[in-house]
Amino acid sequence: MRWAPPLKDAGCAALVALTLAFPLIGFQTSDAGVGFTTRFAWVGVAAVVVFVGRLLLGFAPQRFRLHQRGVRSTAVSDGKFVKLAAAALIVFAVLLPVTPLASRRSIDLATLALIYVILGWGLNVVVGLAGLLDLGYVAFYAVGAYSFALAAQWYHLSFWEMLPLSGMTAAMAGILLGIPVLRLRGDYLAIVTLGFGEIVRIVLNNWTAVTGGPNGVGDIPRPTVFGMPIASGAPVGVTTFNQFVGIAYDPMQRLIWLYYVALAVALAINWYSLHIRRLPVGRAWEAMREDEIACRALGLNPTTIKLSAFATGAMTGGFAGVLFAARAGFVSPESFNFQESATVLSIVVLGGMGSQLGVALAAVILATLPEFGREFAQYRMLIFGAAMVAIMIWRPRGIFTVRAPSVRLDRP
Amino acid sequence: MAYFLQQLVNGLTLGSIYALIAIGYTMVYGIVGMINFAHGEIFMIGAFISLIFFVVLGALGITWLPLALLLVLLIAMALTAVYGWAVERIAYRPLRGSFRLAPLISAIGMSIFLQNYVLLVQGAHEKTLPPMITGGFDLMQSGGFVVSVSWLQLIIVGVTLLLMAVFTAVIRLTPLGRAQRATEQDMTMAALLGIDVDRTISLTFVIGAALAAVAGLMVTLQYGVIDFFIGFLAGIKAFTAAVLGGIGSLPGAMLGGLLIGLIEAFWSGYFPSEYKDVAVYAVLILVLMFRPTGLLGRPEVEKV
Amino acid sequence: MTRLPLLAVENLSMRFGGVIAVDDLSFTAYQHEITAIIGPNGAGKTTVFNCLTGFYRPTDGSLVLMSDGRDFRLERLQGYRIARHAGVARTFQNVRLFAGMTVLENLVVAQHVVLTRASGYNIGGLLGLKRHRDAERAAIARAREWLDLIDLTERADEVAGNLPYGAQRRLEIVRAMCTGPRLLCVDEPAAGLNPHESADLAQFLVSIRDRYGIGILLIEHDMSVVMGISDHVVVLNYGRKVADASPAEVRRDPAVIKAYLGEEDD
Repeated sequence: MRWAPPLKDAGCAALVALTLAFPLIGFQTSDAGVGFTTRFAWVGVAAVVVFVGRLLLGFAPQRFRLHQRGVRSTAVSDGKFVKLAAAALIVFAVLLPVTPLASRRSIDLATLALIYVILGWGLNVVVGLAGLLDLGYVAFYAVGAYSFALAAQWYHLSFWEMLPLSGMTAAMAGILLGIPVLRLRGDYLAIVTLGFGEIVRIVLNNWTAVTGGPNGVGDIPRPTVFGMPIASGAPVGVTTFNQFVGIAYDPMQRLIWLYYVALAVALAINWYSLHIRRLPVGRAWEAMREDEIACRALGLNPTTIKLSAFATGAMTGGFAGVLFAARAGFVSPESFNFQESATVLSIVVLGGMGSQLGVALAAVILATLPEFGREFAQYRMLIFGAAMVAIMIWRPRGIFTVRAPSVRLDRP
Repeated sequence: MAYFLQQLVNGLTLGSIYALIAIGYTMVYGIVGMINFAHGEIFMIGAFISLIFFVVLGALGITWLPLALLLVLLIAMALTAVYGWAVERIAYRPLRGSFRLAPLISAIGMSIFLQNYVLLVQGAHEKTLPPMITGGFDLMQSGGFVVSVSWLQLIIVGVTLLLMAVFTAVIRLTPLGRAQRATEQDMTMAALLGIDVDRTISLTFVIGAALAAVAGLMVTLQYGVIDFFIGFLAGIKAFTAAVLGGIGSLPGAMLGGLLIGLIEAFWSGYFPSEYKDVAVYAVLILVLMFRPTGLLGRPEVEKV
Repeated sequence: MTRLPLLAVENLSMRFGGVIAVDDLSFTAYQHEITAIIGPNGAGKTTVFNCLTGFYRPTDGSLVLMSDGRDFRLERLQGYRIARHAGVARTFQNVRLFAGMTVLENLVVAQHVVLTRASGYNIGGLLGLKRHRDAERAAIARAREWLDLIDLTERADEVAGNLPYGAQRRLEIVRAMCTGPRLLCVDEPAAGLNPHESADLAQFLVSIRDRYGIGILLIEHDMSVVMGISDHVVVLNYGRKVADASPAEVRRDPAVIKAYLGEEDD
């Protein structure tokens, strides 16, 4: 084992880490801008950590090294493991409220996780399948949430009425936002969609007359059970679900109902996403991602294919928005910033672009991470950012590297 | 009229700052064909390092302004350059040759990482610096409105012009500049001709970072307040500037920067300023839709 | 047998700024024939293909595809419509397969237009309608036929990017054929193949011509392939036509020999 090169390598890395850490970790100014404290110990720690890490990497077996440039690490799975894992997850999700794990907090958290799963699947269509890097996905999330909130406020429409309507609205927004970016290639598409996301947020924040500005919109109704609200009492002429069934009201019921509604929506979207991959348009998305020029040469119309990807992804984002609004009871512009888009993007990237199960798992992990401790909440975005870089370098196809083909010769 | 002139002055100052950042974007795009999403964060880091060292030097007793300025400038440029180098080395170089979206996603990840890194180590509060360079003069007066130009504004525009000139000279006349242009044209061929492509690319990032650091220093001096989020917005605007001027074109970046600065200043002056960012985003979208090569860029023919 | 014109290229010119890539080119390609376009590197051959298939908009001239009594003005059709409506399919100099998808998927995507209609623009497909399922089965069967022809049936479910180079080239041709074209444009199919593989490929093109009766436009540098299978050869140099005749005549033409300066690998 030759020690010299890895040691030298690690030494250089540590030196760089020292230089990088020195100004920003080494010094901390007081907010008034006149005094400062030093934290050189931490600078030293950073250097040591980098040294050790790089050294270990230098001795790691080939398997863990950077993936070979240009070699395609695509394997084709036969889907059995995936089906099993998915089935297990679904069973767990359905049974969650009756297990000992159930509590107000855990059910609420599970609902949030489901919302992120839906968001992930939605963006997965755009980024994972069609290969269009949309950095403004949060715009559709916002359209869904706000269209529901405002419709409830002005027209007293209910959750069930707005779920499909907000989805449609978001889909139309997807088409509208998709038209200008049709001819843009990867990088530019990303920045323009980011711009759109920001425009939506700024408009929501400032168009106070319509959107309520920074204060947002509140009093958002929760989903009813066949038109009957779950409540302790209701205005004259309306029967509550509790009255109907004859059980006393408990806030937990509302939470559980919303959770099941979210689960139903998620399962519907899952079915839809899986099926659409096997339809001409789904295959066209993937082909477009692989090589747009070849697609055109085969008579595929890039415009309709890209717009359909945007519309589908946007509609899904809209559904998630409606659920988000129902869960929180209140929407405001600060929930719909770039950070949110970045979070959903990292879900898709970490989960393996195109992989349904992977994205779902990544979404659940990311949504529940802050719950495991204060430190995780603080470090969450830092970890996401680093993970995105790391995944691209080591396993660009995500944690789940296998791709199931949409059609097979031996088992059509 | 006076009001207009004042916006003009403000716009040129702001535009100079954007131009300095835009150069980083355009150079990197020209040579490796990707948008360095993390460049805005490099600018932000430059601003932070500048502020920190102003404070440190002040505390160490170095108070003679020109010396302090020079030292801070050099330190900020050097340290930020290391950041720029490290970002390329860690997040982009391993991905050369990978599929199209990979460097882009990596860049976004890097941007998020750097933002949150600064947030964690320097805190979420904004940092302030007492004004270092004060005073100015009145240009003219009309209808009760005084058009004033501060020394700082003059310095900013002046330094920017100087750096632009130096930089253009370097690109045109030095071997490094030639290597840069060669690599930009045809990376494989340049490598075959003995140019160290890796080093040339690294240098591109380093120079871009150094210039962004200067911009960061200027922002610190001009506005006196910075926070970990300024890179995001400035980055998008500077990128818009690069696109407007013609991505890949250096004079384009300078022109674009000035134009964006002017657009922003005039918008704030005459329209609701909450939407000034929307104005810049709109420019980006319109340019990319209707004239993607920008004002000074060369039209690209699709290679089939 | 009378020759039926398939493609009439008239006064085609393509300029890029100051560079004239194709200069006033006119020739006719016929049905049931393999027309080869040859010439030194940079003569403008791929540019002609790009104009034909909608990747470049010609600066001047007309490209008319004639079939079943209908005329298609290719220079006026939008890119993808040329493949979709006029029935012009092509392969690329650097193979452009959907490398991350399987061999079979590549061929099924090629049948996208037919499948989309049969699936009722995907709605029917989502609802699981019989029409869609039948169409899918037919598409797979058609793909299988082609795979049998090029001996790739065993590897149908493999990722296309992992195939050996020669197999990728054959697959690309077959994928173009799956669109049911009237004119097939093949861009340097023998590039990078050894003599044995080139001969196989040449025979394969001939069999396509014979079985399907379409016209084939071929860009190729390998003279054994060109001379062996072409019915008609057009020679370009610096964007201009230098010869337009049968292979035997072209071979003897002094102007052609001059253009190539003796470049002939048999």
